[in-house]
Amino acid sequence: MSAIPDAKNPGWAARLPLTGKVGLGLVIFWIATAIAGPWLAPYDPGAFAHQDVFAGIGAAHWLGSDYLGRDVLSRVLSGARYSVGLAAAAAIAASTTGTGMALLAAVSPRWLDEVLSRFMDTLISIPSKIFSLVLVAAVGSSLPLLFLIATLIYIPGAYRIARSQAVNLAQMDYVQVARTRGEGAAYIAIREILPNMIHPMLADFGLRFVFIVLLLSGLSFLGLGVQPPDADLGSLVRENISGLGEGAPAILVPALAIATLTVGVNLLIDALPRRRGSKEG
Amino acid sequence: MEPHVEVKGLRVTAGGKDDSAITIVEGVDFTIPRGGVLALIGESGSGKTTIALTLMGYARSGCRIAGGSIRLGDTDIRALDEEGLAALRGDRVAYIAQSAAASFNPSKRIMDQVVEPALIHGRMDRKSAEAKAISLFRALALPQPDSIGSRYPHQLSGGQLQRLMAAMALITGPELVILDEPTTALDVTTQIEVLRAFKHAVASQGATAIYVSHDLAVVAQMADQILVLNKGRIREAGAATQILQSPADDYTRTLMAAARPAPKPAPVAAPTKAPLLEIKGLFAGYGKVDSGGRPEIPVLRDISLSIAKGATLGVIGESGSGKSTLARVVAGLIRPASGSVNFAGARLPGGLEQRSRDQFRRIQLVFQNADTALNPAHSVADILGRPLRFYHGLKGAAQQKRVAELLDLIRLPANLADRACSGLSGGQKQRINLARALAAKPDLILCDEVTSALDTVVGAAILDLLADLRRELGLAYMFISHDIGTVRAICDDIMVLYGGMAVEMGPRSAYQAPPFHPYTDLLVGSVPELRAGWLEEQATRPPPPAIGPALEGADLCRFLPRCSARIDGLCTHFTPPRRHLPGGSDILCHHPEVVN
Repeated sequence: MSAIPDAKNPGWAARLPLTGKVGLGLVIFWIATAIAGPWLAPYDPGAFAHQDVFAGIGAAHWLGSDYLGRDVLSRVLSGARYSVGLAAAAAIAASTTGTGMALLAAVSPRWLDEVLSRFMDTLISIPSKIFSLVLVAAVGSSLPLLFLIATLIYIPGAYRIARSQAVNLAQMDYVQVARTRGEGAAYIAIREILPNMIHPMLADFGLRFVFIVLLLSGLSFLGLGVQPPDADLGSLVRENISGLGEGAPAILVPALAIATLTVGVNLLIDALPRRRGSKEG
Repeated sequence: MEPHVEVKGLRVTAGGKDDSAITIVEGVDFTIPRGGVLALIGESGSGKTTIALTLMGYARSGCRIAGGSIRLGDTDIRALDEEGLAALRGDRVAYIAQSAAASFNPSKRIMDQVVEPALIHGRMDRKSAEAKAISLFRALALPQPDSIGSRYPHQLSGGQLQRLMAAMALITGPELVILDEPTTALDVTTQIEVLRAFKHAVASQGATAIYVSHDLAVVAQMADQILVLNKGRIREAGAATQILQSPADDYTRTLMAAARPAPKPAPVAAPTKAPLLEIKGLFAGYGKVDSGGRPEIPVLRDISLSIAKGATLGVIGESGSGKSTLARVVAGLIRPASGSVNFAGARLPGGLEQRSRDQFRRIQLVFQNADTALNPAHSVADILGRPLRFYHGLKGAAQQKRVAELLDLIRLPANLADRACSGLSGGQKQRINLARALAAKPDLILCDEVTSALDTVVGAAILDLLADLRRELGLAYMFISHDIGTVRAICDDIMVLYGGMAVEMGPRSAYQAPPFHPYTDLLVGSVPELRAGWLEEQATRPPPPAIGPALEGADLCRFLPRCSARIDGLCTHFTPPRRHLPGGSDILCHHPEVVN
């Protein structure tokens, strides 16, 4: 996705509403965690550091221990990298590809639009879990494969949303003016149409990101996602599910982590400055 | 006599309750006697609708009535609670909105919606409400009053819906009727019928009325008293005749001058005779084109015209006449089905793909609505800079300098260049829209209703600007409009379109006095004059003479179903010939002695 329209303006973060500032804070926190987490972790995330399983909050182990007695704080700090990094990369790839193909469809002759749209319909009709299962079974789980699966599954949705935006915008008078000026399709798509659909596409990106976090967590639960001893936030929730009855931090903290991550992304995106045509009131 | 409506010191604010609130309307006082008609007139943003709505105790979301008193009979409207207001609205006070088409529920039959206010307020039972509705349909001169109620909104025309909305408003026998620009969205030939029906229906009910409009000539027909508003304050108030004949306020005089634009003189250097744009036998439309070059759904039929370098052709017609399609064909957005379009001596390719960049540059299209014609994501400098770079290769400082020159040319300050378009006023946006076309240094500008969406004063300024630019730059215009006053003010030649055919074509001098084509006659005769009593003088048009069945498959006059001069056996069987009138225009008509 290209730059946020107002991001070059220095004061944009200060002008965000309170919800946006909260969202921005959460996003920055999780990005920092994803980058620096492994160095900050007090214990080796794979080591059995505690005597008890599902221990509570304590001075030595701030967030207690998990179902095998490992340090939860260390595991969350290392797991964030997979959830944030992999999901964000896949969401960016899916949204960018979907938007790009939608723009292509909007400014192309009708037949190309038809071919692209029917191809996307085909892709969207494949159940996502089964698609992932088949691919993982055939090739074996790896990070690049998970990235590829998540991207492929969420391209058609992004394409659909983007195409409906782009096709409507392509009918606007300013696009007609550009056409009668003799502008090429690439200029019309990138300069005239894209800037006016960026905000809805960012909102869509937030949604895709959340879906991908959930998809990856689901795959991890089935044992097809990030492979042990590494674990993303989703697999931390699943592997500690038996601690739910005791209210152990081992399950609450990763669940809270996913929640703050996804809510933060959406708060930030919703609060980004809008650029819309003014309507007479 | 005790006034029926009395408003004193009215103040409406927007925003918070503290000092940060913006005052929208302040210090408005007026009274209306029972059965009187008061007109609120002003430009957009003058607060005229806001004032009218306060009589229903209503302020738009974000606004509130902050001060003053509003009395209707012996009811103090400001003292009413929500329940009291709900009982008032639609019963004692009724509202007729600008767009009836948007105000009717498309999924319910007309009758169900028209009788609804009477049923909600328990005024009458369903049967008597329907009987009352049918009598109102008859009073409003609606076709088939007994059965029109069983139709759905999409089956009726805009003018019919507007009258049906009046029936809905009048069904409870309200004391006060608020008409908010009820004819603004209608064609001028429809407007006259609707005005007549409104006037008759309101008067026969004995209701007091408030008529909100920006059109002085329409107001002159409807109102006893006029209140001229500007920026939420009263500029002038008085009897309609006094204001129309001897306006005391400068602003009122500006409005009156803008209402009827004076003819702009043609440039001193007479335009050369060599045609810049020449169209011959043009057919265009939608769907498959048959072997004879006729599209499945024709929009334009057999159009021929020519525009000389530096000349201005006006194209006039009602909605659906094909005038915008004509501009789009010339601009290359719609391919012609048959016929030839020549530009500067060379054939102009039908589609965009085959046109050269120079052809693109020399023909520029300016759309009606600057809100949608300017990309909201671009700044003014982006919008004006792009054609400079695209056609003339201007970059950096040279481009900035030219943008400043263009802004100067359209009389806007140069510091506007960095602004986004969304912050500009309607008139400023339309100027930018025009400047973008000028940036290309074109020979021909296609102006599609460029003043229609603007206030009269702003629109008049744009017309002046167009006339100046033509003189300074030697531009040719194709000026498309539905308003004959505007077209007569700026154009050398005028073409009247009806149903996709050019029914009349001639120099503007030919449009000052009859004879006209019967449709032109209807069009010219439907424009209200700026004086009271005009509407009454216009005799109701006699229904068109009876005719026999039309000959199957013949290429007949498009105006036949509405023509009051049609001749049975001639118009119903033969294609009308093109004939030359002594006034200088050519018309498409059979009639031996053209009307008047």
